[in-house]
Amino acid sequence: MKSFTYERPTSPAQAAAAVSANPNAKFIAGGTNLLDLMKLQIETPTHLVDVNGLGLDGIEATPEGGLRVGALVRNTDLAADARVRKDYAVLSRALLAGASGQLRNKATTAGNLLQRTRCPYFYDTAQACNKRQPGSGCSALDGVSRQLAVIGASEACIATHPGDMAVAMRVLDATVEIVDGRGTERKIPISEFHRLPGERPEVDTTLKPGELITAVTLPKPLGGAHIYRKVRDRASYAYALVSVAAVVQPDGSGRAAFGGVAHKPWRVEAAEGEMARGAKAVTAQVFAGAKPTHDNAYKLKLAERTLSAALTEARA
Amino acid sequence: MKFDQPAGQNPIDQMKVVGKATDRIDGKFKTTGTAPYAYERHDVAANQAYGYVLGAGIAKGRIRAIDTVAAKRSPGVVAIVTTLDMPKLGLGKMNAANLFGGAEIQHYHQAIAVVVAETFEQARAAAFLIKVDYARAAGKFDLAAEAGGAKPVPGDSGEGSGGGSEDRRGDFEGAFAAAPVKFDQTYTTPDESHAMMEPHATIAAWEGDKLTLWTSNQMIAWTKGSIAKILDIPAESIRIDSPYIGGGFGGKLFVRSDAVVAALAAKAAGRPVKVALTRPLVINNTTHRPATIQRIRIGATPDGTITAIAHESTSGNLDGGKPETAVDQTKLLYAGANRLTAMKLAHLDLPEGNSMRAPGEAPGLMALEIAMDEMAEKLGLDPVAFRIRNDTQVDPGHPERPFSHRNLVGCLKLGAEKFGWDKRNAKPGQVRDGRWLVGIGMAAGFRNNLLMKSGARVRLGRDGLVTVETDMTDIGTGSYTIIAQTAAEMMGVTLDKVVVRLGDSNFPVSAGSGGQFGANNATSGVYAACVKLREAVAQRLGFNSADVLFEDGNVRSGNRTETLGKAASDGDLVGEDSIEYGDLAKKQQQSTFAGHFVEVGVDVDTAEVRVRRMLAVCAAGRILNPKSARSQVIGGMTMGVGGALMEELAVDTRRGFFVNHDLAGYEVPVHADIPHQEVIFLDEADPQSSPMKAKGVGELGICGVGAAVANAIYNATGVRVRDYPITLDKLLDRMPDAA
Repeated sequence: MKSFTYERPTSPAQAAAAVSANPNAKFIAGGTNLLDLMKLQIETPTHLVDVNGLGLDGIEATPEGGLRVGALVRNTDLAADARVRKDYAVLSRALLAGASGQLRNKATTAGNLLQRTRCPYFYDTAQACNKRQPGSGCSALDGVSRQLAVIGASEACIATHPGDMAVAMRVLDATVEIVDGRGTERKIPISEFHRLPGERPEVDTTLKPGELITAVTLPKPLGGAHIYRKVRDRASYAYALVSVAAVVQPDGSGRAAFGGVAHKPWRVEAAEGEMARGAKAVTAQVFAGAKPTHDNAYKLKLAERTLSAALTEARA
Repeated sequence: MKFDQPAGQNPIDQMKVVGKATDRIDGKFKTTGTAPYAYERHDVAANQAYGYVLGAGIAKGRIRAIDTVAAKRSPGVVAIVTTLDMPKLGLGKMNAANLFGGAEIQHYHQAIAVVVAETFEQARAAAFLIKVDYARAAGKFDLAAEAGGAKPVPGDSGEGSGGGSEDRRGDFEGAFAAAPVKFDQTYTTPDESHAMMEPHATIAAWEGDKLTLWTSNQMIAWTKGSIAKILDIPAESIRIDSPYIGGGFGGKLFVRSDAVVAALAAKAAGRPVKVALTRPLVINNTTHRPATIQRIRIGATPDGTITAIAHESTSGNLDGGKPETAVDQTKLLYAGANRLTAMKLAHLDLPEGNSMRAPGEAPGLMALEIAMDEMAEKLGLDPVAFRIRNDTQVDPGHPERPFSHRNLVGCLKLGAEKFGWDKRNAKPGQVRDGRWLVGIGMAAGFRNNLLMKSGARVRLGRDGLVTVETDMTDIGTGSYTIIAQTAAEMMGVTLDKVVVRLGDSNFPVSAGSGGQFGANNATSGVYAACVKLREAVAQRLGFNSADVLFEDGNVRSGNRTETLGKAASDGDLVGEDSIEYGDLAKKQQQSTFAGHFVEVGVDVDTAEVRVRRMLAVCAAGRILNPKSARSQVIGGMTMGVGGALMEELAVDTRRGFFVNHDLAGYEVPVHADIPHQEVIFLDEADPQSSPMKAKGVGELGICGVGAAVANAIYNATGVRVRDYPITLDKLLDRMPDAA
């Protein structure tokens, strides 16, 4: 960990301005990911801007009938919120499938969106990793890749987004609200928030330097059965090999997003017309063009069968 | 005390304290955070500085240069010692990997520098500023690729199991060729990490030429000898102290780099230095359980009598390293006149492979006990009945050697009854519970009982307190408690009158903790010392020692009763002795036995495996403390589930290291993975083993569990996986149709 300075601004715009002004500055919220990465010298900020005290921790109804979740709402609180449990159960279930109770007590909504990959080569500073050190190469491509991406990857990076919450937000069509250092606000649909690695895997999202997430807005409830199915090697406290967030209506129509398969939550809306025909018809389209490695080819079959399990659960 | 005749009646047989389920006397310290572990011993030496170990970033090659200029200028840095500052140091006992010194890199994360600073954070930050110029060399990292060139090798696990490179009885090839029913399969087990909670850690301090190491180590006397050898200093100048250990599992049998670099760093800094290995270094810098490729052949008559059995294992290691002795149990577990066991070793440039909980038997039984399940099916026999049919009461390779006491059949029968084995559907893939395919499986467990010299000193004070001192360690097993129980039983006092002090090299040398030999031997050493103390007490009080009773804090003979403390009214009385063994274990084979039964559910869609219930029935001599023994067995069962389902050090065969080098990547079971576990101990005592009539049990719990899980998965799904761990990707393609 490099030595760093620390400040607690008093408004979101001030926080954004502080980070905009210093290319080596980072926001810190729960710190559950950033502090680990700093200890391992994977992240080396020299200045931390603490956003915990900015009053961004409320959950409120929107005029459109949805829900606006403050950036600093802890995962535990969001999962337990009565409105979320009732109308956005897929989100509650995804949150509870992630991390551990202790981590969820600290981890925040915005921080969860911004968590970095768990690719093991990203975590070892002696190994080449384009995401950690642009231009150094990708050790995972011909290395151990059982956990890594099967679709949307590039020759530069096959990392995955490791989260659960974002997969549920993707299926719910959430919107990320942002403020910059000048106080200008903008909104990014969740579908455009995380990016694919392409030639620049070091950039995880479409946020511009210094932009601060202030909230995530959920549109009005979809109804239907809300399923989050996370498949992993042990029963708890593990990243998804594959996860499925699904909302299924009584008529068999619905939506599905996949976690653990790509650099971002993976959803192909065009494939959702096939939902009533079953999992295979959907995943055939969702994973068209997938390029798995030898180690992770199983994820394609697993994704299909996990969606099938989710549809079975929805019908039950 | 020489133990060369079977034990007769002795004070332990009273079983007033020994044999009673007893809370661990160190438990309250551990649960309240007041048991100081090595890294937390702030009080033992003033002015401690912090050391941070830098591991090599390549797997094989040489270091051309190390640039420490920037690191030395970093805030708070006191000293930096690099591997280029000295020639290659000597090796510790039973080790292959160089721990420090010289330019040669033998494996990834080999320690190449230690930075000493005023704070841990400063030391770590400075370590990242060190620039290393490597000359990489090609290495061999893939066991499967190197197995063809592996050479026959004898070997010993360092914990008792082992043997020649090839061991033959009768004519295996002839009998196998002639057998009406033949079975021939190959199994693999992966590299595994001990993954103990407490990483390797040491505080080192020099006073002139005298070195003290407050460390975390299972084997105090081995450590003292190895440090003397590695640092080339007299053993008399070294003190090792390791009273609390946050898990070892064999990973702390040996001196590791933390102790060596702490000593070197303390010398360079001129003040005490503390060092803990980071988790990545625990995985790639220390030792691990090596991967194996095991071929098993069984020939039998149609009624299920084994006529030929062969078990061959190939593993890899650094030059000078040992093989994984995975064939060991196959020498003894089942009958059969024609037998072959053989080991081969391939050179690999991965970190050193060495002992991990039940080295040999743990991976060996993972293979053998699937093979027995497969052979039973081939023969159309029930797996329990097949094992019982091939039970032996003698060492099958040396029929003149009976087992001292063997009740494997009792374990299997009772286990089958308690678990409801008769309700098992022998046809796989038939039982469904909602989304789960349900199956049950079983396996035999087997681990030898090892006899090792062990000493203790017992002191009686005028207050009637009995203080036991021995360099025995408690690695979370309950040594403190069973030693206190032994001394209390022998001296006729309650547990609260006994003080146990462990882990200090100034105390008499014990067996230490490893190979499940700690409990029986260390308590026997305490027994021997207590016999001496009882004699001293009787003599001091003027009793004829032969007919003295020690009970209720008193010493009694005939009509005369004195308090125990009175014997020490003029000063402490001390009894010191060791237990030493004759050739009883040569004449009769001493082993421990278990029947493991497991029920699993396999998700019909995703092939996720979840264990639903487990039972172990154990026959392991007298159980000294049923509570801590049960904890040991369920811990072993849990580790066995890990080995069966998830634990694997993933090898990058190009770059030569274990990639998943943290506890997020190296998955061990969490609470949610472990269901109801039941343990039953058969009521027995083995007078051949020691005056305690006990045997080891700490490793028996893991032996066979993995195969019982694998066999249950097969019963649930009809899919046979022979490559551990049995992760869902190995099942998915062959799962029955979900619909």
